Amino acid sequence: MSSSNLLLVLLMLTTAGYYLGRKRAFAVAEATGKGQQILHSRPTYYGALAALWCAIPALAIFFFWQAIGPTVITQLVVAGLPPDLQALPSDRLGLLMNDVKNLVHADIVSGEISPAIQAAADHYTRLETLSHAALAVLVLVVGIAGILWIRKRMSPQLRARNHVETLVKYLLVACASIAIFTTIGIVLSVLYEAIRFFKVIPVHEFLFGLDWSPQMAIRADQVGSSGAFGAIPVFMGTLLISAIAMCVAVPIGLMSAIYLSEYADKRVRAVAKPLLEILAGIPTVVYGFFAALVVAPMIRNAGVTLGLDVSSESALAAGLVMGIMIIPFVSSLSDDVINAVPQSLRDGALGLGSTHSETVRLVVLPAALPGIVGGVLLAVSRAIGETMIVVMAAGLAANLTVNPLKTVTTVTVQIVTLLVGDQEFDSPKTLAAFALGLLLFVITLILNVIALVVVRKYREQYE
Amino acid sequence: MNNLIQNQRTTRTMDIVNQGLARRYRAEKRFRLYGIVAIILSMIFLVFLFVSISANGYTAFQQTFVQLDIHLDPEILDAGSLADANYQGLVKHSLADMFPEVTTRRERRQLYGMVSNGTSYQLQDYVRKNQNQIGSVIQIWVPADDDVDMVVKGHIQRDVPEAERRVKDNQMAWIDRFQEQGRLEKRFNTTFFTAGDSREPELAGIQGAVTGSFYTLIVTLLLSFPIGVAAAVYLEEFAPKNRWTDIIEVNINNLAAVPSIVYGLLGLAVFLNFFGLPRSVPLVGGLVLTLMTLPTIIIASRAALKSVPPSIREAALGVGSSRTQMVMHHVLPLALPGMLTGTIIGMAQALGETAPLLMIGMVAFIVDIPGGFTDPSTVLPVQIFLWADSPERAFLEKTSAAIMVLLAFLVTMNALAVFLRKKFERRW
Repeated sequence: MSSSNLLLVLLMLTTAGYYLGRKRAFAVAEATGKGQQILHSRPTYYGALAALWCAIPALAIFFFWQAIGPTVITQLVVAGLPPDLQALPSDRLGLLMNDVKNLVHADIVSGEISPAIQAAADHYTRLETLSHAALAVLVLVVGIAGILWIRKRMSPQLRARNHVETLVKYLLVACASIAIFTTIGIVLSVLYEAIRFFKVIPVHEFLFGLDWSPQMAIRADQVGSSGAFGAIPVFMGTLLISAIAMCVAVPIGLMSAIYLSEYADKRVRAVAKPLLEILAGIPTVVYGFFAALVVAPMIRNAGVTLGLDVSSESALAAGLVMGIMIIPFVSSLSDDVINAVPQSLRDGALGLGSTHSETVRLVVLPAALPGIVGGVLLAVSRAIGETMIVVMAAGLAANLTVNPLKTVTTVTVQIVTLLVGDQEFDSPKTLAAFALGLLLFVITLILNVIALVVVRKYREQYE
Repeated sequence: MNNLIQNQRTTRTMDIVNQGLARRYRAEKRFRLYGIVAIILSMIFLVFLFVSISANGYTAFQQTFVQLDIHLDPEILDAGSLADANYQGLVKHSLADMFPEVTTRRERRQLYGMVSNGTSYQLQDYVRKNQNQIGSVIQIWVPADDDVDMVVKGHIQRDVPEAERRVKDNQMAWIDRFQEQGRLEKRFNTTFFTAGDSREPELAGIQGAVTGSFYTLIVTLLLSFPIGVAAAVYLEEFAPKNRWTDIIEVNINNLAAVPSIVYGLLGLAVFLNFFGLPRSVPLVGGLVLTLMTLPTIIIASRAALKSVPPSIREAALGVGSSRTQMVMHHVLPLALPGMLTGTIIGMAQALGETAPLLMIGMVAFIVDIPGGFTDPSTVLPVQIFLWADSPERAFLEKTSAAIMVLLAFLVTMNALAVFLRKKFERRW
């Protein structure tokens, strides 16, 4: 039985469990001769309890086996291989198992099929069929057992509602905890591969190296065999592009927020705000295309007219477009904090005779400054982590320069180029992407935490 | 005396004020102007973006077709082996008959390159359906090659020196001949909406990518909406104020600001390497996007729950419902429109997301239209990314057109969200 069919049958079983439980509750109530009100809970709760006890354990078993089943089967097949094959080094063994799996799934197999591999493939197929059948039986038996168990315990005194509510609450807690598991997953997965990377390349070499050319030679005597993994040029590139982006986004975003919240009348606000939000809703891949095909050639042509040497993948193009992307981010965050400044402060300043702009510059902005700084920090973290614009419009060459007309590369570009395509997870080249990812995660995390704390403190100040 | 001094002093202050007044008013005007300029600048960027993409893309919705007279030679089209007859040969014959003066090998190759590579498949389909016409001469419209298409649409200029042009002078002359005979026509490009990816721009379409996006978003929606709502309900209605819930809260806020590519790394390390799920499939893409959109949905759902007034809760509790009943029967239905709005916005984000999907291998060149959650596929933004890398001029307009389709989807989703908010918005 295929997995989706099994789930479908389980769903039907659960529905059946609901109706059976409910019917049983009526029957139990009738048997006492006092009617429905003798039951502790309403009959639907007895049905729901039966359904939950049918579905939850069965689903748990199902997903547990889905997660570990293939690994277990592979282990069993490896254990069943002839001893001479088992003695192979682990990477050769992995290739062999790949062949076996391809044979099972009727894909292309590399090399000829030896009888041992054919036997292993048959073994694999047998185990897989067995595991499917056993899983189906087990899941259904557990589901039915859950229903029967509730049915047996059914009595007017059974506090079905309380049981159901406890179960529901645990489900809710589980859903809320997914956020934590996601964070743990991110940290562990990135950290694990990064540590493997740092075993080959020392941490200080990665953090302070001035040279980035991530390649590993297959043979020792190859040209350019020594890869260099110094992250400084990559980070300088990221910072350069982010700085250009902030130079565009902060003044424009902040000034539009000030104008919209302090000067604009309702109609202008009603039109301009949604239009700004549109800028935020445009996918980054569209900005990337725009940067690569419209802005970059434009800047290049302008540079040629002025007699400047502009690279066709200049940091300026990527930075400018990224700045446009971040404008609405800065403006909506600043808008929020400016609106949170109490009206009394403005009234006081205006009452003392200052002009509107003086009120804004000398009273409102200083009062809103922590919030604005928090918003800008969030925007910086966003610029650093932005991927598609730089992948499409910035270059690959890791130049250590602050000239915005030259090509630079960024952390995200390097991650994408290192990880797109076929990867081998024992080469520092692939693992370097995870090390970069770790740094990216840590830096954005620090920026976010600072920003969130600052914004929260600021909000509390005026509440 | 005293009075006089006071008078003098006030007039003096007034003087100082008056002296600076003009300057201060100018500063006021300048400040105001900066604000207007900032807004106008952002609007200009927006308009410029849309105009440049539409200007590049609108021509992709049309495709040039060439009319060919093809003699369905019964000697070539033997009824027994229709499947592997030489259709390419028929097309070549037809072109050669039309231009008998073309004799050299090089020129012939150029001539045959005027129609799309897919012509022979189209002819094969036609013959299979109309077997009774074998032996006669048929007139059939076939898609022109992308270079011809570009010339007809004016994207390849004729005044460029021949050496720098993809379409040579003799080909230009043939195009003119076609046009004189009325054998060249621009039609609505249905291929663009019904085909998968292709190396030939005139045969490439977005259906495969759109289907992939659809499956990916279904997975994302089915997982992120229930989980997000459940998490929000717990945090807002049940959670005690303790360290654990504090950690969860900080976590969610942080996750909302984690770069999307990091989610891609997570998906690669956990879903592909650890759990051994297949690469390039909508299932894994949906899982990664679920983790990415969850914070958005949770935050929006919590805001929706917060906006339900406490009096509703108190009334429900007052008539004897339990906490769960109160939430399920009263609070949740009232908060649902707000949650739906948040979910739609989250889905729109997921639809436009590219970077994490690159990490889990959804960048493969896939011609087939995916038929399920575990078929290798790509999604619309990734298709845009792939096409943007192609050197052919024709892919430039395809890319822009695909962007227009993507933006149309996004605008529809956001408009739906705004509509829902307006329709169900309640002021208590």
